[in-house]
Amino acid sequence: MGRYTIRRLLQAIPVFFGATFIIFMMVFALPGDPIRALAGERPFSESVQRELRERYNLNDPLPVQYGKYMLALAKLDFGESFNRRRVSDIMKERFPVTIKLALFAFLFEMFLGLIAGVLAGLRRGSFMDNLVLVSTTAVVAIPVFVLGFVAQLVLGVQLRWFPVAGIQSGFYSYLLPAMVLGSLSLVYIARLTRTSLVENLRSDYIRTATAKGLPRTRVVGRHALRNSLIPVVTFLGVDLGALMGGAIITEGIFNIPGIGREIFQAVRSQEGAVVVGIVTALVLIYILANLVVDLLYAVLDPRIRYD
Amino acid sequence: MVRSARKTPVWIALILALGLVAAACGGDDDEPGSGQTSGPTSVEPGGDFSLQICEPEFLVPQNDNETCGGQVLQSLFTPLVQYDVETSEPANVVASDISTDDQTTWTITLNAGWTFHDGSPVNAQSFVDAWNWAANASNAAGNNYFFANIEGYDELNPTEGDADPEATLSGLEVVDDLTFTATLTAPFSQFALTVGYNAFYPLPPAFFEDPEGFNEQPIGNGPYMMDGVWEHDQFIKVTKFPDYAGTPGNADNIEFRIYSDPDVAYTDVQAGNLDIADVPDAQIEQGRTDFGDAFIETPSSVFQYIGFPLSDERFQSPELRQAFSLAIDREAVIEAVFFNTRTPARSLISPVVAGSREDACQYCAFDPELAAQKLEEAGGWEGPLKFWFNSDGGHETWVEAVSNMWRQNLGIQEIQFESSEFADYLGSLDAGDVDGPFRLGWVMDYPSPQNYLEPLHACEGSSNNTGYCNEEVDALIAEGNAAASIDEGIDSYLAAEDIILEDMPIIPTWFGLNQSVHSDRITNVQIDAFSFIRVADVQVVASE
Repeated sequence: MGRYTIRRLLQAIPVFFGATFIIFMMVFALPGDPIRALAGERPFSESVQRELRERYNLNDPLPVQYGKYMLALAKLDFGESFNRRRVSDIMKERFPVTIKLALFAFLFEMFLGLIAGVLAGLRRGSFMDNLVLVSTTAVVAIPVFVLGFVAQLVLGVQLRWFPVAGIQSGFYSYLLPAMVLGSLSLVYIARLTRTSLVENLRSDYIRTATAKGLPRTRVVGRHALRNSLIPVVTFLGVDLGALMGGAIITEGIFNIPGIGREIFQAVRSQEGAVVVGIVTALVLIYILANLVVDLLYAVLDPRIRYD
Repeated sequence: MVRSARKTPVWIALILALGLVAAACGGDDDEPGSGQTSGPTSVEPGGDFSLQICEPEFLVPQNDNETCGGQVLQSLFTPLVQYDVETSEPANVVASDISTDDQTTWTITLNAGWTFHDGSPVNAQSFVDAWNWAANASNAAGNNYFFANIEGYDELNPTEGDADPEATLSGLEVVDDLTFTATLTAPFSQFALTVGYNAFYPLPPAFFEDPEGFNEQPIGNGPYMMDGVWEHDQFIKVTKFPDYAGTPGNADNIEFRIYSDPDVAYTDVQAGNLDIADVPDAQIEQGRTDFGDAFIETPSSVFQYIGFPLSDERFQSPELRQAFSLAIDREAVIEAVFFNTRTPARSLISPVVAGSREDACQYCAFDPELAAQKLEEAGGWEGPLKFWFNSDGGHETWVEAVSNMWRQNLGIQEIQFESSEFADYLGSLDAGDVDGPFRLGWVMDYPSPQNYLEPLHACEGSSNNTGYCNEEVDALIAEGNAAASIDEGIDSYLAAEDIILEDMPIIPTWFGLNQSVHSDRITNVQIDAFSFIRVADVQVVASE
C-alpha cells in the first residue's frame, strides 16, 4: 500500500506540469490585450501600459513567460494579480471559504443521500422508494441556479430564515448555499446507493448470510451496504473535486467569496498568474481525492489489494 | 400517489427543519423594514448603516479609477474641492484658494488645521508628493494620465526606456507649508474643476513607507477612517474620524459590503440585511413601486454613443452619418430595451455638467423621412454594414433594435454583427480594424464640457476612436481652455460641440441614470454626478 501511494503521488508530478502549462497556454491564447482592457474605455497612459506589461512579463513569448512563472513558483512565489496582490494571499483567503462550502455540501449530500438511498433500496417498490424516486427526479430536473434563486428568495428574503448573501454570519451563512450546491450530487448518491443496494441484496452471499441466521441489521449493514458503497465512494471522491471547482454558480448567487468566483473574474481579465495558481491547486486536490478513493476501495472490498 | 400527497420529500422537510432551528437562533438580528421603525423617530447624528459596492481594484486613490474604490475613498479622503451634489459646481474644502493669472501657473493655498487619520498634517507636500508619485510611470498608477498637462510629465513618462523612480514633476513647486504651485504645459481654465477627483487626493508620509500596506488600510484625511483592514470580497468598514477638520459625517459607522452580482445586493436590501443598493435594470419597474420614496433616480455622467471609423471612405459623408442618427428612435429603444433606465442623448455633454444643453443636436430626433433623404444626398448605401460592439456588456438587444431601425428607415438590408470580448474589442478599435459603426461609452473625470469634447474629438484626443480631426474644433477647445474662468470657457466649448454635432463623427445615443434603493432605517440618501452616494450625509433614523 505504501509503494502504491508513492507511485500514485509520483504520477501527480507530470500531471502538475502538464496542467500548469496547458492552463497557461489557454490564458495566453485568449484574444485581446489584458492591460488595454484593464482600464476600461479610457486607456491608461502609454507609459503606464508599458510599465505594466513589463511587470507581468506580457511582452515575452509563451515559453519564456511559462519559464519565468515556474522559476518563481519553485521559490514558492505564485506571482501577482493585476491589482498588485500576491496570488498566494488571494488563495489563502479564497480556499478556506470554498473548502468550507464544499465540505458542508459534501456532508449534506453524503448523509442525506445515503439515508435516502438505503431507505429506498431496502424496500424496493415501497412508498419510500417511490418518494425518493420522485423527489430526486424533481431535483435533477431543476437547474442549480433556479434552485439557488428560489431557495434564496423563499428561505432568505420571504421567511428570513437564512442569510441571503455573504459569509459574515459564519457557519450559518454556509448552510443554504451548501444545500443548494450539494443537492444535485445528493440525487446521484441516493440513486447509486439504492441501485447498488438492491442488486447486492439479491446476491448469493446475502442469501447465505440470511440463511446462516444472521440478524437483518447485520446482513444489511455489514454485508450488503459495505459492498454497495464502492460506486458511491468513487462518486464521492470525484465529487469533492467537482464541488470545489463547480461552486461558481452557487458562489455567485449567494455572494460567497470563494475560488469559483475568483477564477471566473481572473479568466475574464486574463490574469494568468491567478488562474494558473488556483487551477493547479484544484488539480492537486483532485488527484489527492482520487488517491484517497482508490485506497478506500481496499477497505471496503477485502479482495482488492495494492502493493 | 394518494399516500404520497400527504408528505413532502425528505430533504425538503429537513431543510425546513434546519431552517426553523436557524430562525430560532437568529432572533437577535434587527429587522429593518419590520414594524419596529414606525415609532417616534429622530434624525440625530449617529448610528450605523451598510452600503453595496463591488470589489475595488485599489484603495490607493492615485491607482483607482473605478467607482467601487472611488465610493470608499470618498469617505476616507477629502479633496481640495468638492462638487455640489446637484450642480456639480466645485467648492473649496481643503483648498482655501486656487488662483491663476494666466490659466497656466496655478497657485493652490490650503486651509490650516487638516490632518490625516494618523495625525500627520495635510500640507502642500502631501499633495505634491502624491501627484509626483502618480505621474511617475515607474509606479504604474492607473490615474497617471490626469497629470499629463503638468510640466515635466514627459520626462517621467518617456516613450522609450524607464523613468527614474525618484524623478518628480518640474511643474510642481512647494512654496510654503500651505501653498504650492502647479505649472501646466498649456493654459487650462478648467483646472480647478479637475482637482476634486481621487487622482488628486493628498497622501500621508505613511504611504511612501509601505504602499502595499496602505492599500489594505488607507490613511486619509476624510470624515471617516478605516476600521480594520480591507476584507477582500467581503466588506470594508469605516468609522468616524474624531479630529476631522471639515463638516463631520452623520452616521458613526459605515460598512461597505462587497457584492459581485448587483442582483444579490438588491435581494439583500429586500431581505432587510443591507441598507443601500443599486437597482439592476430588470428590477427597475418593480423597484419603483416596491420602494416608493426610497427609490432614488438621478442622472449619471455616463454617455453612450455609436462612433464611425472616419478613415473608412464609406463613412466620409456627414450627411450619411446624420442619416444614421435620424433613423434611430431613441425613446422607443429606451422604453423597449432599457425599461426607461436611460435618457435619450441630444447633446455630447452629459446633463450633469454645468453648461450642458438638453437639445444641442439637430440630427438626434427621430425623423425617418429626413433620414432617407439625407442618405440619398450622400449617395445611398451599398453592400453589407458591420455593426461592432463588445459581447460582454449586454449590448445585443439594443444593437438589434437599432439595426432594425436602420433596415427599416434607411433600407440597409444586410447588417452584420461583429462582437468580441471587451479586451479584444478595444484591441480592434486601437488597431483600426473596425470597419463599421461601433459602440462606446464615456464616464467623466471631472464635470467640465471640455472633458466630453477634447479627449473624444480633438485631433490628438486620448480616446479619439473615430479619427475625427477638425482644426476649427481644436481651436475652439483651445480657446475655451485659455478662457479667463471656468464659466467663460463654456461658450467656446459649446461652439465646438455645435460643429462636432454637425459633422457627427459619433451618434449620441443615451445618457445614464443612477438608480438606488434604500431601507427605511436611513434618510437623506443623495447620489452625485459621479454615481457616488454621499455617505457622510446619510442619516440613520433612530427609533425610540
